[in-house]
Amino acid sequence: MRNFIRQRERAISLKLGKKLVIYIPLFWLLLFFLVPFLIVTKISLSQITYGRPPYLPMFEWSKDNLLTIKLYFGNFFLLFSDSLYINAYLNSLKIAALSTFFTLLIGYPMAYFIARADEKIRNILLLLVILPFWSSFLLRVYAWIGLLKNNGIINNILLNMGIIDSPIKMLNTDFALYIGIVYSYLPFMILPLYANLVRLDEKLLEAARDLGAKPLALFFTIILPLSMPGIIAGSMLVFIPAIGEYIIPSLLGGSDSLMIGRILWDEFSANRDWPVASALAVAMLTIIILPLILFKNAQKKEVAIDE
Amino acid sequence: MNRNRRIVQFISILGFIFLYVPIISLIIFSFNNSKLVSVWSGFSTKWYFALLQNEQIIEAAKLSVFIAAFSATISLILGTLAAIALSRYRSFRGKSLLSGMVSAPLIMPDVITGLSLLLLFVTLRSLIGWPAQMGAVTIIIAHISFGMAFVAIIVQSRLLHFDKSLEEAAKDLGAKPLRVFFDITLPIISPALISGWLLAFTLSFDDLVIASFVTGPGASTLPIVIFSKIRLGITPEINALATIIIVLVAIFATLAMLQMKKIPE
Repeated sequence: MRNFIRQRERAISLKLGKKLVIYIPLFWLLLFFLVPFLIVTKISLSQITYGRPPYLPMFEWSKDNLLTIKLYFGNFFLLFSDSLYINAYLNSLKIAALSTFFTLLIGYPMAYFIARADEKIRNILLLLVILPFWSSFLLRVYAWIGLLKNNGIINNILLNMGIIDSPIKMLNTDFALYIGIVYSYLPFMILPLYANLVRLDEKLLEAARDLGAKPLALFFTIILPLSMPGIIAGSMLVFIPAIGEYIIPSLLGGSDSLMIGRILWDEFSANRDWPVASALAVAMLTIIILPLILFKNAQKKEVAIDE
Repeated sequence: MNRNRRIVQFISILGFIFLYVPIISLIIFSFNNSKLVSVWSGFSTKWYFALLQNEQIIEAAKLSVFIAAFSATISLILGTLAAIALSRYRSFRGKSLLSGMVSAPLIMPDVITGLSLLLLFVTLRSLIGWPAQMGAVTIIIAHISFGMAFVAIIVQSRLLHFDKSLEEAAKDLGAKPLRVFFDITLPIISPALISGWLLAFTLSFDDLVIASFVTGPGASTLPIVIFSKIRLGITPEINALATIIIVLVAIFATLAMLQMKKIPE
């Protein structure tokens, strides 16, 4: 009997423990991750006003004690009618997509090279990829200013070598913007690709080679399809944050290189137009939801392979 | 085949050069004598001494270390709980919600996270009067939310890969669940915990965008100070600061990597 009670007690405390383990992080993320998005959506449907906070309330008690809900779609109309926002939106998509492509172009061979390197060298190479990923994003972008400036390091070297007569304008151009994004996000592309390629079964390749497959055929029929989850995961890790990038366009991009993250920031801090900033955030979320789902699925596949 | 391998090798070497040229040039010019960052005019460490006398930067660095250490610690606890919930409990209500919310912060653009958290704090303030002011506390809360996501991913993969029979054996011998956790599970996952904490620390220490949204008067973190200085132009002083940070982070990252290496495959 006593044994039975002790077991019951233990089962109950186990249940409580399990609940705490689940619901503490769940509650935290609900409050500080999900609820904030709902608030953003709510404020994107409010009207701007002068005051604190700078928007009108959505729910109001009218005089006869009825709760009235005021939805204001003006912010979204503004996004669709003002060419500034449409251009920024399309430009962000273009820049993020092209940068992802360039990153893949450089990152894939690098990941393959590391995955096929000797085990001793492999870990060093991997560390060399991870080190920049850990070190300050802001400072790595800053480093490019010194390289790309009109009187910067690259121009000085080219001038001294006599290759050019006058400095090439590189800083504050789209070129600098692409360099900055590809550079900053390259490790995000290499790491998932490496994780995928390192598991590639050497026997498959040998078998295909024995059956007479040429190197290119080998790549397109075996290696590329098998590394698809890695390509998708890496591409999404670059594409999604690049869409909302703020630091790189504001430090390296030109004043005309409109990106949605930078405009959101300006609307928020310079214009204090919180409703329009929120509407921009909602619009940005609609672009990244699909890639987000793709990323999640690719991740699941990888985990499935792992197990 | 040989030719293709050469091409892959060539691109990879260029790729590594691309990754390191900016960092190396940053370090070299931090020792430049002249104020110009791009013309070499002799070796000097004077910018490092100038940095040590810059009160604003020292104060910001202290604040950033405090925020990073505090938020990384809470991130570690919450992230580990989330990892245990996701990898040890087969099904519970909200499991897919939890797993979605754990992985989303990894790639959410910073401007969205920053704006949404600020609006949450503003709403909370008008509802319950807390937080009275934006500052270190609100930055810490914001950093915990993405820090715990990174910790959860790292710890989760460690939990999925370890031999559960050890835990089961302890249970069969009559150990209580908490005892099993502290005597068996915790020591085995500790390398993942250490690297998770280090990653959460560096991410918090590095964050500019989210902190700029949720900061308040008097709470200027190091990235906020650096960013405002960069906008005025580049100086060897910032290069010196960057060199110190990069060297410290390199040490941190190598430590974290060595911890990860302890994880048997």
